[in-house]
Amino acid sequence: MKEATAATKTAKDSKSSPKQNLEVDQAQVTVGNRFCENPKMSMRDVNVFYGDKQAIYDVSVDIAKNEVIAMIGPSGCGKSTFLRSLNRMNDTVDGCKVEGEVLLDGDNIYHKNLDVVELRARVGMVFQKPNPFPKSIFENIAYGPKIHGLADSRVDLDEIVEGSLKKAGLWEEVKERLHQPGTGLSGGQQQRLCIARAIAVSPEVILMDEPCSALDPIATARIEELIEELSQNFTIAIVTHSMQQAARVSNRTAYFHLGKLIEVNPTEQVFTMPEHQLTEAYITGRFG
Amino acid sequence: MSNSMDNLQKIKNSLKRRSRSETRFRLYGRVAIAIGLAAVLALFVDIVSKGHGAFKATYIQVDVHYDADLLGITSLADESQLMQANWDALTKSALRNKFSEVSGRRDKRQLYKLLSNGTGFDLKEHLVVNPLLLGETESKWLLADDDIDTYYKSWLDGEPYDARLSKKQVEWIDQLHQQGHIRLQLNTNLLTRGDSREPEQAGIYGAVMGSLLTLMLTLMLSFPIGVAAAIYLEEFASKNRFTDFIEVNINNLAAVPSIIFGLLGLAVFINFFHVPRSVPIVGGLVLTLMTLPTIIITSRAAIKSVPPSIREAALGMGASRYQVVLHHVLPLALPGMLTGAIIGMAQALGETAPLLMIGMVAFIVDIPQGFTDPATVLPVQIFLWADSPERAFIEKTSAAIMVLLSFLLIMNISAVWLRKRLERRW
Amino acid sequence: MDSSNLFLLMLALGAVAFYIGRGRSLAIATPLGGIRHLHSLPNYYGLNALLWCALPSLIILVLWLIFDEPVINGIVMGSLPADLAPLTTADYNLLLNKISNLADGIMSSKGQPASLIAVADSMAGLRVISQWVLTALCLILATIGLYWGWYKIAPDFRARQSVEKVMENLLLGCACLAIFTTVGIVFSVLFESIQFFRSVPFFDFVFGLDWSPQTAIREDQVGSSGSFGAVPLFVGTLLISAVAMFVAVPIGLMSAIYLAEYSGKTVRTYAKPALEVLAGVPTVVYGFFAALTVAPFLRDLGADFGLTISSESALAAGLVMGVMIIPFISSLADDVITAVPQSMRDGSLAMGATHSETVRRVVIPAALPGIVAGIMLAISRAIGETMIVVMAAGLAAKLTANPLESVTTVTVQIVTLLTGDQEFDSPKTLAAFALGLMLFTVTLLLNIFALHIVKKYREQYE
Repeated sequence: MKEATAATKTAKDSKSSPKQNLEVDQAQVTVGNRFCENPKMSMRDVNVFYGDKQAIYDVSVDIAKNEVIAMIGPSGCGKSTFLRSLNRMNDTVDGCKVEGEVLLDGDNIYHKNLDVVELRARVGMVFQKPNPFPKSIFENIAYGPKIHGLADSRVDLDEIVEGSLKKAGLWEEVKERLHQPGTGLSGGQQQRLCIARAIAVSPEVILMDEPCSALDPIATARIEELIEELSQNFTIAIVTHSMQQAARVSNRTAYFHLGKLIEVNPTEQVFTMPEHQLTEAYITGRFG
Repeated sequence: MSNSMDNLQKIKNSLKRRSRSETRFRLYGRVAIAIGLAAVLALFVDIVSKGHGAFKATYIQVDVHYDADLLGITSLADESQLMQANWDALTKSALRNKFSEVSGRRDKRQLYKLLSNGTGFDLKEHLVVNPLLLGETESKWLLADDDIDTYYKSWLDGEPYDARLSKKQVEWIDQLHQQGHIRLQLNTNLLTRGDSREPEQAGIYGAVMGSLLTLMLTLMLSFPIGVAAAIYLEEFASKNRFTDFIEVNINNLAAVPSIIFGLLGLAVFINFFHVPRSVPIVGGLVLTLMTLPTIIITSRAAIKSVPPSIREAALGMGASRYQVVLHHVLPLALPGMLTGAIIGMAQALGETAPLLMIGMVAFIVDIPQGFTDPATVLPVQIFLWADSPERAFIEKTSAAIMVLLSFLLIMNISAVWLRKRLERRW
Repeated sequence: MDSSNLFLLMLALGAVAFYIGRGRSLAIATPLGGIRHLHSLPNYYGLNALLWCALPSLIILVLWLIFDEPVINGIVMGSLPADLAPLTTADYNLLLNKISNLADGIMSSKGQPASLIAVADSMAGLRVISQWVLTALCLILATIGLYWGWYKIAPDFRARQSVEKVMENLLLGCACLAIFTTVGIVFSVLFESIQFFRSVPFFDFVFGLDWSPQTAIREDQVGSSGSFGAVPLFVGTLLISAVAMFVAVPIGLMSAIYLAEYSGKTVRTYAKPALEVLAGVPTVVYGFFAALTVAPFLRDLGADFGLTISSESALAAGLVMGVMIIPFISSLADDVITAVPQSMRDGSLAMGATHSETVRRVVIPAALPGIVAGIMLAISRAIGETMIVVMAAGLAAKLTANPLESVTTVTVQIVTLLTGDQEFDSPKTLAAFALGLMLFTVTLLLNIFALHIVKKYREQYE
């Protein structure tokens, strides 16, 4: 029901703006299975502007509970911008404006009564470059629980730290040096530290913005494994520039092109028989 | 998942407290900035409110009779007669004529104190320029004494300060005011004269000239040397321990207290090389050493901002490194270097402490004409006046500060203008 | 010949050398078929000749001017007849001055002892000889240089390289001036300080609790020893600096944080330069403000609350010094805070931290080394600040930690000991240099340490 109205609305919107028709042919309508039942997050007609420049055009898509959705597309297609608008990290960018609805469990996260603190505790994020704080490994993980007041005692905190590091598969490697600086770890370990840091506050959704682009292949493989393990407990949205990675880790794949969402389909389908010719052109390497 | 819900509740509970602490933190920042800005405002308002009065001085109108007998001269052409003439007698008789009812030595002495000590000298100059006045009577506005000036200004402001005047004097001023024979007039002495023990006669022209001479020397020395050093360090020096050592030295000198440079100047220039004290040469040398680090650092930044592609293009044409520097790097870096030089000069203009060490703190009446004349500089003049006990000097000091600050303002604005106007963005 | 005329003559000779050199290179090149057969452009041959001609003689000229007077004075004073020989250094200087004035003809020789006049004559004679020797030496050197520059000109002579080599050394010399200055500072304060420590033991100076240099000049009277215990000065300096830092650190730091993290563009563009105005105000103005506005205000305020605040209180000087240092700390802190990578902030914000939590728990700890270095530089500036304390702090050395009382500082004492007409070699003036040595050492250590931290910090985020 909801799905249907949204779909017609999108179609209507695209018709009512003929200007876009001239720019990218056919591209204004997203093809594939955008919507799902009982979504964790759902986006409706999201437009993002940087000052006068529009970066995202009318994107509508759902993210199901405990799925891994991958976002791919040529560089500059707006996939990272879109991801950052899902936990309002775009708020930190001057002149950035988001229109449309982004719903988390049915509540609009851009509603003025919503506190971004709570939102970001529920929707965590992992960045392109590992960014551990210049503190000890322990303090890095304990940071979230401490600021949110999640641990009632030191024992609690120790438990959370250990649990998060175990979930991130880092515990065995660092348990002997918890109080050494997090910046002393290798790149892959740092990124897993950042993932552990994100899950320490038990978020419901984890956004990952090209988490492996700064890592070597072995570290990448380790992170991909981790993503698969995490998908049992968390909903994950991952932006990646590597199609292979998208194919390996995700259940569904969304293809972005020049700020528009072109196609969303189960990953297998996107890589074997894409519905849209732009998607096909991209995955066959004709551009990107 | 229940754990997650539990967490969410905890987070929700903490939100209020955290948003309050966020507001508080923001408030601290605002308060800090407000305090800083308030300090700026307080400083300037204080100085201007104290000093604006000094640009006007109190003058009293009297009828001056240029009586040759009174003066004891026969001819205006004879210099030695002019030197020995009793010029004060002119003002004294003028005052006696004005207040003919005053009698008794004590009262008369108080009466004479209405006018500045230097008015006789002013009349001499006036008479020399206008020799036909000899034997004539002229109505003239003459400079009042500093105590009268202070009283009259405070009286006009509605808060009379008469601690240093006698009752009679106050009456006389009242009388003059009713006759319209006392008024405030533009104070030309302030900007055209040298220092004086009499506040009403004192001016900053000597100090301004001293500052000008000192700064000229500083600029002539520090700019070429600073630019040469910057060129060497940026364009020619290879990265080794020696150049590192030079760099450490430059950075440290930039942070060494200025008074240490004064000690250096005293020990080296005055005691070792026997350069005379109190002259612009020593001042210029000391300030050169002091501003050199600033100029080197800014010049290096300017050279650094010239993109390497320009150098590569010229080198690719077969130009030598000197030709690259002279023909390409220097012209492009010049605006930045000039900005640095102006900032360095502004710093030197405001500097006081090292100049105290090298004797530029002497009381000097004459206007310095050259680099070897004893001189003082504007900030030192301010220091000297601020130390003077006469109340009238507070006003003068503030006025001198206003002049100094406006010089600095002009220099800084021109530096900003130069940077905006000439600096290229790459 | 007079030195300045000689200087001009050398420059003129240099110009002549330039034209001769340039002309000869052209003359050599023409029969070969034009200047492209020369190794360098004709101007470089000219410049080369100029340098050969003028540089050596100018160097001799400068060196001569520096050492001329000490050497002549030494000779003259060394050959003094026994009846004139001075007893103390002060007498020595006085006598030297007298002889010099006599020799210059500034002082009339009327009524002076014949032996003194003879000495003065010999000094005048020596000066004339020195001037003649200098003139001759310069001319000979210039001629030889000119000939050599002329002789060297040949098509394959690498004139440009030769000129550039000299230029490079000149530039190097300018860069080395920084080293000479440091060395000059070290030697001038060290040399006088060593003399001072000969009469006052080092430990008495550094650990002594009593400072009263005034008694020292009356050598033949009671209490001639004077006391040079500098601890009260150090304590006074630290007290005023502490007050200053107490004002400047929180205000400077918070305004930097607000400007870097919170304020919009408009506030930043106006508030930042407005605060920096404070850095451009000369210290003598702050001194005036402290002495004539802040100190009386505090005194009256204290009186209202029944507190006795000295009109030369450490509080007034410290407050105003703090105001002076605010922009210093805020601009240094602003630099290091903006240098903290955005990814740190993003990482923290993405965890759900509030902005202030991010600033306090991530940005400030990350910027801490830079901030600490900035504060150290500010402390070094505070203890070296002179004019504010000279004008607003007291002269009496009191050992107290109460900011409401009047204290004196190291810099105040340096100024009071060295201004006015003092004999240069009395312990009183030498003490000023010993204080200068302390000041220089402490600020140098603070600066080196702080600059080292800043450099490390920059490398970390580059």
